[in-house]
Amino acid sequence: MTATVPPKAPTFLGLPTAPRGVGHLRGDRSFPDAAREALRDGQLRANLGHATSTIRGKRGRVVAELPDWAQLREAGRALKAATMARLDDHLEELERQVTARGGVVHWARDAVEANEIVTRLVQATGTTEVVKVKSMATQEIGLNEALEAAGLDVYETDLAELIVQLGEDKPSHILVPAIHKNRAEIREIFLRTIPGVDPGLTDDPRHLAMAARQHLRERFLRARVAISGANFAVAETGTLTVVESEGNGRMCLTLPETLITVMGIEKIVPTWRDLEVFLQLLPRSSTGERMNPYTSTWAGVTPGDGPQEFHLVLLDNGRTAVLADEVGREALHCIRCSACLNVCPVYERAGGHAYGSVYPGPIGAVLSPMLTGVEDNASLPYASSLCGACYEVCPVAIDIPSILVHLRAEHVEAQEKPTAEALAFRGLAKVMSNPRLWHLTQRAAKLGRLISRGKPTLPNAMPPPISGWTRSRDLPTPPKETFVESWVREHGSGS
Amino acid sequence: MEVALFATCLVDTLTPSVARATASLLQRLGHDVVVPRGQACCGQMHVNTGYRREAVSIVANHVRAFSGAQAIVAPSGSCVASIHHQQAAVARRAGDEGLAQAAEELAGRTYELSQFLVDVLGVTDVGAYYPHRVTYHPTCHSLRLLGVGERPYQLLRAVRGLELVELPGADQCCGFGGTFAVKNADTSTAMLTDKMANVLSTHAEVCTAGDASCLLHIGGGLSRLRSGTRTVHLAEILASTEDAVTPHQHTDPAIPA
Amino acid sequence: MTPPSAREEVLGRIRTALGPDRATPAEVARDYRLTDGRPAGDPALLELLVDRVEDYRATVLRCPPDQVDVTVLAALELALGAGWARGDVVVAPGLPAEWRPDGCDVDDDRPPVQLADRAASVTAVAVAIAETGTLVLDGSPACGRRALSLLPDCLVCVVTADQVVGSVPEGLARLDPLRPLTMVSGPSATSDIELQRVEGVHGPRTLMVVLAG
Repeated sequence: MTATVPPKAPTFLGLPTAPRGVGHLRGDRSFPDAAREALRDGQLRANLGHATSTIRGKRGRVVAELPDWAQLREAGRALKAATMARLDDHLEELERQVTARGGVVHWARDAVEANEIVTRLVQATGTTEVVKVKSMATQEIGLNEALEAAGLDVYETDLAELIVQLGEDKPSHILVPAIHKNRAEIREIFLRTIPGVDPGLTDDPRHLAMAARQHLRERFLRARVAISGANFAVAETGTLTVVESEGNGRMCLTLPETLITVMGIEKIVPTWRDLEVFLQLLPRSSTGERMNPYTSTWAGVTPGDGPQEFHLVLLDNGRTAVLADEVGREALHCIRCSACLNVCPVYERAGGHAYGSVYPGPIGAVLSPMLTGVEDNASLPYASSLCGACYEVCPVAIDIPSILVHLRAEHVEAQEKPTAEALAFRGLAKVMSNPRLWHLTQRAAKLGRLISRGKPTLPNAMPPPISGWTRSRDLPTPPKETFVESWVREHGSGS
Repeated sequence: MEVALFATCLVDTLTPSVARATASLLQRLGHDVVVPRGQACCGQMHVNTGYRREAVSIVANHVRAFSGAQAIVAPSGSCVASIHHQQAAVARRAGDEGLAQAAEELAGRTYELSQFLVDVLGVTDVGAYYPHRVTYHPTCHSLRLLGVGERPYQLLRAVRGLELVELPGADQCCGFGGTFAVKNADTSTAMLTDKMANVLSTHAEVCTAGDASCLLHIGGGLSRLRSGTRTVHLAEILASTEDAVTPHQHTDPAIPA
Repeated sequence: MTPPSAREEVLGRIRTALGPDRATPAEVARDYRLTDGRPAGDPALLELLVDRVEDYRATVLRCPPDQVDVTVLAALELALGAGWARGDVVVAPGLPAEWRPDGCDVDDDRPPVQLADRAASVTAVAVAIAETGTLVLDGSPACGRRALSLLPDCLVCVVTADQVVGSVPEGLARLDPLRPLTMVSGPSATSDIELQRVEGVHGPRTLMVVLAG
């Protein structure tokens, strides 16, 4: 047997980030390149525009209903911050409580280790197939690929995940992984891939949902092992929580003999009472509902009710490196509601695939680079106009724009050799720090008047990087005189 | 009151008429305007592009230039937001606590134009006359970082002759975002296209805002489309009187060669 | 020397990340609404619950406390239509006898998958949260095991007025986090296709609520 040595993961302050070569945190193209292509996909643009505007409206209505939303949001932020400050203690308490109630706790340093643990646990049951509840953590680590490589059949049971799996596609949204597909495309995928599907299947969402129900029902009833993620884990009681809509989660959490839950270490909350905050923040922010149809909680194993074997895998995979970043650690507060995706003008146009990671949108643009080390996702912190809509809707008040700006600086400061851009910005900084040099440079900018040859705007064809602007927008010809210059001429150099 | 005008680097260099309008408006309201000659830039572009270390000396220059001022006004929500939210943090991270405190202190006296007019001077009717159909784009940093809210609308509604029309999707970013417009030019253009579609759907003659940078972006796009709809800074509208109904603006449609 | 276990290593990394002088977490201000202000069972709360549950396209039937059994029958009649048999309905083993329509099957320790071909199940709830239209089942004998409220295609839940609280904090305070809990807000649903909500996927497609009192 040949052991494959995974490429060494970069580190942050000596803490390892998510390893390369496994999982889905890194794209194969930069964001601008991937986005350029996606922007030309009219169907994608229409699907995303329609879906995100629908969900924005719903969220806005149910959030406005709560008179204490601002207080809940601040409590959510403060709870997460307090939890992170004692993360080690809370995890040890969670381990004690889960173990005391009949569960088995496993620790995984990274994706490779988590995949090995889960594969081993599934194989130990003797089954060859597993059903899965939608989970960001297992997508992140590429668990499906690992299980399939071990000869196991993996069935995603969330409708959107099923659409993605059957379409051999990639998820493009945290909450609705198939948001980039419309009903006609989904109908086509189902007709092509579901054995024995009604050939008269229409594109009515209700019919499509029923087709998924029929397709999965038998699998649920015969499944012996299920794999889930977790939205929250309560340290003081060992209570795990899965928030969902369709009932596929309940099927997986209830019917099989064995349940394996893979959870990022940041999903912990200290007390049961803390859920009174998050169970108000999450559904209203994510699906725009007052409450999602089903929330399941369980603590260890309950005789006569549900799986009699329960494993909890606690996953690091770069999270501790994020925790080490005093500015960026706030990103670990994320409860995966995806409200920031739905309001993001960049996400709405470029779509989730352009981010190259299972975590797209504004939160992905900060989380992915921190999990992998910023150099492995260097274009993502720039994939934002810093409009601030993400921060405004975040139910736990993660200041995403500030983290984006911080990561841009981390990227700049990680360069060993100065880039042309860095040289230009350094030169400009010198100039802007010295009024005399600044006024000289402004005068030089007026040379643009020569290029425009008397026209009010500069020519469309300009050298890079100005061409990035002038390809689609006019640039006015610089004026004869700057404001300060003319003011001083007219009023003298007062103060 | 003596008001120190921070023109901002972009307005000073590319659209000086905006600073001129700000000065003449404040003077018309009976205030003394001073323009510190040492001013250059707030440092935002450097910070937002990742050059926070380099931004420190720019912040220091800004603090130096305005150190004696009682009240500082800038015709830009974005630059004022940077002064409020970024300058001190940048200095502090670089270990310059003295500069950080000076920047904080200065930020406390620095106002975006509409905030200064409504909150400090307590005026909403500035005596302007502007007989045009106008739509207002609430730029992201004015809207979300400064929370200027209703103030620009209050000011515009009081302008005689002005017909204010609501902009659909007003709170969506125009796609400027500083170097974003160049680094992610395609996505930026896609955002601009939708913003322009909304602006054009209002059939307004003029799209106004409190940030010259966003207007440069929107105006640059509208000009390229030969749409005829112009961008005019809020300060220019408020500075307009019967004597000068159409202030200068610099994104007139280009004449094809 | 044995290499450190993953557990030791992850905990060690957390300690490294937080540094030696980590800040003491600030006390969390719980200045959001802890109570709705109205006592459990307040008539206005019952109205609110009905409104919110119906908003999820579930059906609510109200009845006096002594007419639960006939109202449960009416709910089953409404949901299952003509031709249903009482034997197709399974009730939670601890459902109060006076709520239980005669002739219904009582759940026992049969393999859970055998519940899948039943038309409907009837359970009690542990608490109902008016503001969100949420019913919580806690795995007690009256609520039944989780599979009972999951596999039959129609779920009938009996709620008594004293179980209806206003807010989420009040609801959670009444629950035991060591029990397997299921919070139900309407029939199963999905918004995965174009963000359009469709009721009825894998869980019960029909939710009937009998509100007594």
